[in-house]
Amino acid sequence: MRMDSITCTDLNLFYGDFHALKSVSVSIAPKRITSIIGPSGCGKSTLLRVFNRMNDLIPGVRITGDVSVLGRPLLDEDILKLRRTVGMVFQRPNPFPLNIFENIAYGMRIHGIGNRSQVEETVEKCLTGVGLWEDLKDKLKTGALSLSGEQQQRLCIARALATKPEILLMDEPCSALDPIATAHIEELMQDLRSEYTIVIVTHNMQQAARVSEDCGFMLLGELIEFGKTTQLFTAPRDERTEDYISGRYG
Amino acid sequence: MRIPPSITQKIAKISLTLACASAVAALVFVIGFVLVGGLKHVTWAFLTEPILDMGRAGGILPAIVGTILMVFVAIGIAAPLGIASAIYLAEYTQEGKVTQTIRFGINCLAGVPSIIFGLFGFILFVVMLGFGWSIISGGLSLAAMVLPTIIRTAEEAMRAVPRNYRDVAASLGATRWQVVTRAVLPYALPGVLTGVILGIGRSIEETAVVIFTAGSAVQMPRSLFDSARTMSVHFYILAREGISNDNAYATAAVLICTILVINITAYTMMHRLMRGRRAA
Ligand SMILES: Nc1ncnc2c1ncn2[C@@H]1O[C@H](COP(=O)(O)OP(=O)(O)O)[C@@H](O)[C@H]1O
Ligand SMILES: [Mg+2]
Repeated sequence: MRMDSITCTDLNLFYGDFHALKSVSVSIAPKRITSIIGPSGCGKSTLLRVFNRMNDLIPGVRITGDVSVLGRPLLDEDILKLRRTVGMVFQRPNPFPLNIFENIAYGMRIHGIGNRSQVEETVEKCLTGVGLWEDLKDKLKTGALSLSGEQQQRLCIARALATKPEILLMDEPCSALDPIATAHIEELMQDLRSEYTIVIVTHNMQQAARVSEDCGFMLLGELIEFGKTTQLFTAPRDERTEDYISGRYG
Repeated sequence: MRIPPSITQKIAKISLTLACASAVAALVFVIGFVLVGGLKHVTWAFLTEPILDMGRAGGILPAIVGTILMVFVAIGIAAPLGIASAIYLAEYTQEGKVTQTIRFGINCLAGVPSIIFGLFGFILFVVMLGFGWSIISGGLSLAAMVLPTIIRTAEEAMRAVPRNYRDVAASLGATRWQVVTRAVLPYALPGVLTGVILGIGRSIEETAVVIFTAGSAVQMPRSLFDSARTMSVHFYILAREGISNDNAYATAAVLICTILVINITAYTMMHRLMRGRRAA
């Protein structure tokens, strides 16, 4: 039997009184790309942020139900270790106003891992992994903010990879990028798929169809349907899924 | 009748230019007046000799030393305490009744006239704690005076740091303290330092608090528990009691130069720091 990367059973999340996730149960398979789609405000980001406990930073959040990451109950894992295992890429490219090298070394510096040559090696490996090494290897000391949007987002992915996570959470990683850059990031995701479990949130159905093997559709805090992406797009089991993919709500 | 926009635009431009020009002119005039009247009496001896005959003769070395020591004590206490408080308010508590009350209190304190801090310092440090008129009493009172400004400026600077820096650092596994030291403080530093520099400036300028709490001894202080005067106090006494106009002007000129030098170095440092961050 294969161990799922993330499982949740009957997960509920409240922002104060607001019931943002309603009895969500899902299993996310390892070393695959899983996409979560749904209209804006349906709880996609909230669900994603459960998996690395980023919601803990928001006052008034309450969670019920069971969530396991890599076979361990979410709350049993040391939160700092969890965040090292579960990397996150945000909606807008958000490098620190540091140089390229320091951006990628950031996580290693936080955890105090690696001596100088190991850090250098990891930076090279991560930059190579996201296809930036050839372009940037002579410019490691230049400011990350001088890069293009696409390069910045690649850099942010590299930064998340530098702490050697097993799971990569991506919250609409292409929504601030143009179509060509989007295509490049999607290719990159395909390259990373063999080594990482990737969960991507997107409101772009075409993107979900292009990149993911499994797909979940959310609506108003509920996970309406979850299954193989091809099946979900060609033969949805739920009427609401069908309405959404045929463009009946925004 | 309607004035054509091109005319109102001209009027606006002219009046704004005039307003700005007169503000600058007033500043240049005041500073120029003091420097012209004072610099000609500033000699090496004036900077390095003791105060003689209540300031009629000799130099101002004890006042320079007094100023430096008092500012050191004041900022040495107010800066760490203020920055720590600001970190607590901005990063370690949730916004609510308590923080709002604290912030309201701090804002009120920032607006309290300095003489009140002088009185407070006199009662607490000079009398109750028995430090007497001394550099330590003066420094502590000045610290109380500049603390609200430092807290407020630092907190604002930290709140201005983009949220996503904190999120990224946290998502990479940073503790809250690491978030503060690695994702907030480095980017808030120019703002935080601005508050500290304001504090240094206000401590140097202050007379009322110092007279109340440090006295106005003319001797060279030998320890932090000695009474001493700052350059501002020295100037105030020379001018008010008509002791020596020339020496009063000379002291004022030194005072102004000191403030200018501190500001210029601080801002160049800050500028370097920020440019370094952006480019490096
Ligand atoms: N910090 C918060 N406090 C209160 N409500 C929130 C917060 N964040 C999100 N919400 C609400 O939760 C719902 C889901 O938000 P989100 O997960 O961001 O949706 P999505 O990513 O699908 O657009 C929305 O109705 C939103 O208004
Ligand atoms: Mg979202």
